[in-house]
Amino acid sequence: MHEIVLPELGEDINNAIVAKWHARPGDAVREDDDVVEVVTDKATFHVPAGCRGKIREIRVPEGGTAEVGGVLGTVAPD
Amino acid sequence: MIDYRDAWARQKECVARVIQGGPEALLVGEHPAVITLGRASRAEHILAPRPELERRGIPVIEVDRGGDVTLHAPGQLVIYPVLNLKHYRRDLKFYLHQLEQSVIDFLNSFGIVACRFPSRTGVWINDKKIASIGIGVRKWVSFHGISVNITPDLRLFSLVKSCGLDAALTSVEAETGEKTGMKEAKNIFIETFIRHFSGLKGLSYA
Repeated sequence: MHEIVLPELGEDINNAIVAKWHARPGDAVREDDDVVEVVTDKATFHVPAGCRGKIREIRVPEGGTAEVGGVLGTVAPD
Repeated sequence: MIDYRDAWARQKECVARVIQGGPEALLVGEHPAVITLGRASRAEHILAPRPELERRGIPVIEVDRGGDVTLHAPGQLVIYPVLNLKHYRRDLKFYLHQLEQSVIDFLNSFGIVACRFPSRTGVWINDKKIASIGIGVRKWVSFHGISVNITPDLRLFSLVKSCGLDAALTSVEAETGEKTGMKEAKNIFIETFIRHFSGLKGLSYA
């Protein structure tokens, strides 16, 4: 199972708020598809699925806070 | 003058090109009056009743940038750099600061001393805001950007609680007492921006 992880977004940025999921559990995704948007301060950052497959689980829902390196959701690879 | 949605479509084309390794782009222009909602927007920060906005032909558009409610209008320079941040630094705060700095340098050329507030984003002249910022980043390619008030009708900003703050807004015109042409402002900004960002990239600007 592939984990969609919140990447390093820069110095002094330790977490981000999940603003919008563009995919739901069961949706087919490709590696490069931006599946979730996170917000920090005045910036939104699009996080790709990172793996071809189906969204399995959303770990941090919209409005929730994720730590850098934390798991936002998971993908069941094809 | 370019419609917000058309400019947004242009940005998306540029983002796709830069992701493919194409040249970076800097889109600079003006929008007819429009209210946009960033991801941190609260509905109550639109102060004007919807029917009034409809009567005045001011659309409200939800967009995928950071930040709260903002208003764009003629006389405001909107700046959308589509840059590959991998060439600079993979750091959202660093990019926001550099963008603000390019506006501070630009305002300097009009004799205006502006600054950043440590706890607030945007560019300020004392307690008045002159530039608002809100960016999006996809595959480390930037879009959306910063808007600077040159000569807009500042009364329009009473329609929204800009960025969710109670701060008053100001413009180059209000600060200098002079009516700067938008074309001149645009050219000065582009020159300032290129000098600033090419310096960050380690390139020389001739």
